[in-house]
Amino acid sequence: METEFLLPDPDNPLTQPFWAGCAAGELRLQRFAGAARMWWPPRVMDPDAHTTEHEWVPVSGRGTIYSYVVPHPPLLPAYEALGRYNVVLVSLDDDPRLRMVGNLVAADGDGGFVPVDAATIRIGEPVRVVFDAVEGVPLPRWVRA
Amino acid sequence: MLKDRVAIAGIGQTEFAKGHPESELTLACRAIVAALDDAGIPAREVDGLSSFTMEPNREVEVARNIGTGDVTFFSQIGYGGGAGCGTVLHAAMAVATGQCRVAVAWRARKRADKASRMWAQSPRVLTDDFQWSRPWGLLRPVDEIAMIARRYFEEFGATREQLANVALAFRKHANNNPAAMMHGRPLTLEQYLEARWISEPLCLYDNCLETDGALAVVLVAADRAPDLPHRPVYVHAGAQGFSADNYHMMINYFGPDPLEGPSYAAARQLWRGADFGPADVKVAQIYDAFSPLIPLSLEGYGFCERGEGLAFTEGGALEAPNGRLPTNTGGGGMSEAYVHGFNLIVEGVRQLRGTSTNQVPDADTCFITSGEGVPTSALLLRN
Repeated sequence: METEFLLPDPDNPLTQPFWAGCAAGELRLQRFAGAARMWWPPRVMDPDAHTTEHEWVPVSGRGTIYSYVVPHPPLLPAYEALGRYNVVLVSLDDDPRLRMVGNLVAADGDGGFVPVDAATIRIGEPVRVVFDAVEGVPLPRWVRA
Repeated sequence: MLKDRVAIAGIGQTEFAKGHPESELTLACRAIVAALDDAGIPAREVDGLSSFTMEPNREVEVARNIGTGDVTFFSQIGYGGGAGCGTVLHAAMAVATGQCRVAVAWRARKRADKASRMWAQSPRVLTDDFQWSRPWGLLRPVDEIAMIARRYFEEFGATREQLANVALAFRKHANNNPAAMMHGRPLTLEQYLEARWISEPLCLYDNCLETDGALAVVLVAADRAPDLPHRPVYVHAGAQGFSADNYHMMINYFGPDPLEGPSYAAARQLWRGADFGPADVKVAQIYDAFSPLIPLSLEGYGFCERGEGLAFTEGGALEAPNGRLPTNTGGGGMSEAYVHGFNLIVEGVRQLRGTSTNQVPDADTCFITSGEGVPTSALLLRN
């Protein structure tokens, strides 16, 4: 199917449980059997124990802004059509070594989300995850906590 | 260890332009033939070829068109702009171990055409690491490095005025280099601060140029070099590097410290193979697809401590001839030409021959890097 946005494959065998979690409103991270820590992005093998056996653990979905940017045109048409948007890097409270790329948004009052004005973003401010489906893929984004 | 066992005997380049009428293959052949002529070595003697995986011209095409002998060593290095110094390193290792006797390393690229923008050709369904960044609109390399730059500013209290030192120094060098695309185009701090954003906090002048062109170098064993026309420039040490915590192609966000890129790993190997250290380097050529790569590389390779890279640039430190560490003395990717950093290697050779248009007096050691933020490589040259 031709899509306008760049999207992952939510049916990829390794990452499917992550996207299924997002669809269920739950942020999940990968933890290998017997391991104390979680990983993001997912891996096929635990780099310490060398097991491939793993589970997907629901986490709090809370974090803080590590950094952010405001891309200006030229961009791909689908993204240029969004108008001025931000991209944030969020350090997760459940393990601050883990960071996720997303957008800082606010509810538009109509069930959707709009970008927050980047001029108001502060590194270190607390955020929590929300899920916003784009062409059927429930992308995690972030709102102010 | 390489330790000066191999020399760069020839350098060559095409003109740098936007919309060059000739093909990338023609540009590659012209640059390589120019480098061979410069070295005084016939093409039939070439038996080693080294370039980038992103190089559009295959070894067999180059060999057929320039008329090499039997080619007994050929190598391609991956990871985009991280490859440049690695191509010279592989060629030097091959000469040092007898796998070939005359090696050519080169890069040809028509990057000025908008159709060549890699980010605009992304597949719609992402399967690699970019699936964790691009869906949210972090689309281009400049967006990826801007994320690091914002954090750097915040964590170390650095400023855009400090970052401007990079663009201004390189432009000053280009203004003295007739081959540079930005020759005759001065740049002021006011122009920098008022320039349009590309990806906040990075503006137009924090970005490299878009260039069509090609460059090449010729390597031979050190014992042959004194018989050739130019002052020999020796490959003193070289290294490639990344760590298991580094992610590929700029999105180095997922390791313990996003401000510690692959250069740290390359640096440890580079200095291990060298008889001198950062304090002995007279002139530097540091990969500058984006200006923040300069402070990050200065830190990674030990020219200053973590977080001190932008403070290092103060007081004209990067400017030839008398700065603390004259850097990108041909103008670099930001003001001479962006040919995936290969012009940095050729300019490094010029400095050690004493023929740069921004010559550093008594330059006898040169430090050169390839792209930081991707699996990378670096060289130390001496004369």
